[in-house]
Amino acid sequence: MTRTLARLLQAPSVILLLLWMVVPLGMTIYFSTIRYQLLYPERSGFVGWSNYEFFFTDPAFWPAILNTLTLVGSVLIITVGLGLAIALLIDRSFPGRGVLRVLLISPFFIMPTVNALLWKNMMLHPIYGLFAVFAGFFGLEPIEWLKDAPLLSVIMIVSWQWTPFAILIFITSLQNFDSEQKEAALLDGAGFRARFIYLILPHLARPIAVVIMIQTIFHLSIFAEIFVTTSGGPGVQSTNLAFLIFAQALQGFDVGVASAGGVLAIILANIVAFFLIRMIGRNLAV
Amino acid sequence: MTDRQKQRLLHRSIVTLAWIIGLLMFFPIFWMILTAFKTEQQAISTPPLLFFEPSFDNFLLIQERTDYTKHALNSIITSFGGTALAMIIAIPAACAMAFKPSHLTRDVLLWMLSTKMLPAVGVLMPIYLICQKFGLLDSRFALVFIYAMINLPIIMMILFNYFRDIPKEILEASRMDGASTFAEITQVVMPLARGGIAATAFLSIVLCWNEAFWSIVLTSSDAGTLVALVASFSSPEGLFWAKLSAVSTLACAPIMIFGWFVQKQLVQGMTFGAVK
Amino acid sequence: MRSIRNTMTGLAVGATCLCSAAMAGELTVATVNNGHMIEMQKLTSHFEKANPGITVNWVTLEEGVLRQRVTTDISTKGGQFDIMTIGMYEAPIWGSRGWLEALEFGADYDVDDILPAMRGGLSHDGTLYAAPFYGESSMIMYRKDLLDAAGMMMPDNPTWGHVADAAAAMTDKDNGVYGICLRGKPGWGDNAAFLTTMANSFGAKWFHQDWKPALDSPAWNHAISFYVDLLNNYGPPGSTGNSFNEILALVNEGKCAMWIDATIAASFVTNPEQSKVADKMAFAQAPVAVTHRGANWLWAWALAIPSGTKQADDARKFIEWATSKEYIELVASVNGWGAVPTGTRTSTYENPNFLGAAIFAEAELKAILSADPSNSTQDPTPYTGVQFAAIPEFQAIGIAVGQQFTAALAGDISVTEALENAQAAADREMRKAGYY
Repeated sequence: MTRTLARLLQAPSVILLLLWMVVPLGMTIYFSTIRYQLLYPERSGFVGWSNYEFFFTDPAFWPAILNTLTLVGSVLIITVGLGLAIALLIDRSFPGRGVLRVLLISPFFIMPTVNALLWKNMMLHPIYGLFAVFAGFFGLEPIEWLKDAPLLSVIMIVSWQWTPFAILIFITSLQNFDSEQKEAALLDGAGFRARFIYLILPHLARPIAVVIMIQTIFHLSIFAEIFVTTSGGPGVQSTNLAFLIFAQALQGFDVGVASAGGVLAIILANIVAFFLIRMIGRNLAV
Repeated sequence: MTDRQKQRLLHRSIVTLAWIIGLLMFFPIFWMILTAFKTEQQAISTPPLLFFEPSFDNFLLIQERTDYTKHALNSIITSFGGTALAMIIAIPAACAMAFKPSHLTRDVLLWMLSTKMLPAVGVLMPIYLICQKFGLLDSRFALVFIYAMINLPIIMMILFNYFRDIPKEILEASRMDGASTFAEITQVVMPLARGGIAATAFLSIVLCWNEAFWSIVLTSSDAGTLVALVASFSSPEGLFWAKLSAVSTLACAPIMIFGWFVQKQLVQGMTFGAVK
Repeated sequence: MRSIRNTMTGLAVGATCLCSAAMAGELTVATVNNGHMIEMQKLTSHFEKANPGITVNWVTLEEGVLRQRVTTDISTKGGQFDIMTIGMYEAPIWGSRGWLEALEFGADYDVDDILPAMRGGLSHDGTLYAAPFYGESSMIMYRKDLLDAAGMMMPDNPTWGHVADAAAAMTDKDNGVYGICLRGKPGWGDNAAFLTTMANSFGAKWFHQDWKPALDSPAWNHAISFYVDLLNNYGPPGSTGNSFNEILALVNEGKCAMWIDATIAASFVTNPEQSKVADKMAFAQAPVAVTHRGANWLWAWALAIPSGTKQADDARKFIEWATSKEYIELVASVNGWGAVPTGTRTSTYENPNFLGAAIFAEAELKAILSADPSNSTQDPTPYTGVQFAAIPEFQAIGIAVGQQFTAALAGDISVTEALENAQAAADREMRKAGYY
């Protein structure tokens, strides 16, 4: 494969994504500088920074940034941790392994809004939810999840849905693991901890980096789960940046302000990505 | 206890633990499927019912009210079409990146991922207006293209990761045999990375299947997917949990069955260990 | 400037327009997934039979998603739908923008039979822009058995003080019975809708005559404090996440002694197939504090034609059919009089068959007749609407304010703080929109 050929093979993906990015992004940036309220088509005109100023001075803005980062960070820790543990647990042969794999992956098959409705009503509701029933069974007061721990509830719901993603990536990577190496280590009498730190973790470093990068991108823009369960409340306790943009775009129909919010979201995402790359980027490096 | 017995005991307890975790993870879905066979009154009963006389009324009602097959077909076309398009573009590109990396490769990959950073709701109007101009509202083609674009960065990232596991020596060996680049990709890389490619495609199909923003915003009566079908049963005025559970069960059944069939492929892994 | 924006879009996409014209004789109807609309969908074959050459396609979505879809479509002239289901909030705003076709019907349709409050709420400057398909107000639904056991009465027009006493008397937490259930989930159509009616009756309003928000008034403070105390003392756990459906589930399970919400709920809680307390429910008018004005809301789901559709005539024919007396009779002949869409026509409430089948009919009609969107507060205001202000900014304000009310209910902040934050949020939106 020559260098030119390599470039040629990459060209379609790069060109298509460039178009896919530049056109909407250009329009978004343009919209963010004009007055553009769907319900007032007659009002228009260049407004400079005022859409940004409006979005930026929303008292919910900083809490939303904080919530966004908390949400992404917690979900990442939970899903990568659980995903790793489960993938290692089932990395052996036993009867019914295929069935178990499907069971473990299936939360990923449910639509986010349905998932949120299910959890809100059938699991977390303090009167007819299953959690309340279990709590009652042990003689405990049921927890009012959406009132007392709204962000935690959202984190729980999202983690439940995304752990399978991590499991899937990790089990396929573990399969690629050279079994000779594993056996050699076993024969050397290496304990589990030594094997994990010196053998498995280095091997999984790259898949972990991939899972973290991809999940970060998805979780930065979560809003369906929040909208269905708490609508960002109580107060702004579970409002994240994507929810604020959603409220502007599809509740207030203010495309100008929503676009400004979108641009701010890209900036935030890039800052997060910058730090992520410094932390884990080595594993993606060539 | 001998070492062997200890080993076996450990193995057994690990397997048991794995099953417990698996059943716990699956429990909410089990509960949803169970609810699909309840009446609306049974669905809200306190304490929740585990045993009851199952009823198929919810499923009959869904069939009576909507056209399940049309929506399912749309879901299949858009998610498989979008994934296929993205894979065709991504496999050669990821190969080139993995086997002929340049100093730009990492930046290109990260840039690709950054195209996903704009929240969908933030680009709603641009995409909507573009589709409107081109007469692509309510068209499956638009969804196929959009799905391919939104999943392409992820597919590239994951494929790149799998391809890099393939030892370069294998490729060099095949090159000495005089294989063309095309043959290298189709006859060497693809079979070796079969598990990875299958897992990536599967992930992409699932992501398309559940994509719930564009599939609702850009469709009306012709191109509606199963997600739109589910949305038509979600949160009406009145009790709806049993009906929603039934329609969700129907909506994720095809992909779950599909997952069952491909799960062996997914973890087949790469079989080059012996070559090394 | 608008044209520059369009050109920009055009340039960006290559300026070719392949807009596919909808097929002649095919109507696409966007509607909400509520029960009455589902029934309309089923009965459409009757319409298609009577009007050969017209076929009807349906796009059915939940309320919030539908609202986003149709608003995006109509404001960009997307042309995806020939008929849209809209509410009393949208109709006057969109009508004033010229986005909807004015509706005129033949004499047979008997437009004067439509309840005046409904006609008024769906018109702008005297022109009807949407025909009501079903309408609702709000009222108290309560457990007669529990009230009797507590030795109390429910007058037909109770006060909030009396409701609080009754809630206290009926609450029996040990047995899982809560005195009162009210909406707490944030949203302009969720807790904000209910709390606006409550606040109206306490003498509050959303805006002063100069459009400055009036959320910092003592009347709002009284209303919200009363609400928070009431729910914290006698309400069920989980109130901050409860809206219509969650409470309906509780009521049907016999967990709530009282519920103040949409009149349409009456048909669900009295239906023995889904309610364990179907034979124990009774109804009264929504409670009042210092004024009866605006104490109960008014809402209608209505059918409208976006202007510019090529099939306006066929669309009008369909709307004429779906909102006619004959349609109501058709539903009655198929599903019985208890299942007809209510709240739209005087003739429905004069029909003895209907009155016999629906025990809540009288209370519902009284509630609807007493609601007046143009005069819903103690002091005069510049806006119309009972549980909302019919201005485009209200949705954004409603969700921000609703979140503050939920925070006060959850006990995270005081009522005074919540109202200060709410006032600030409303002020921001109104300033941005250039009201002052």
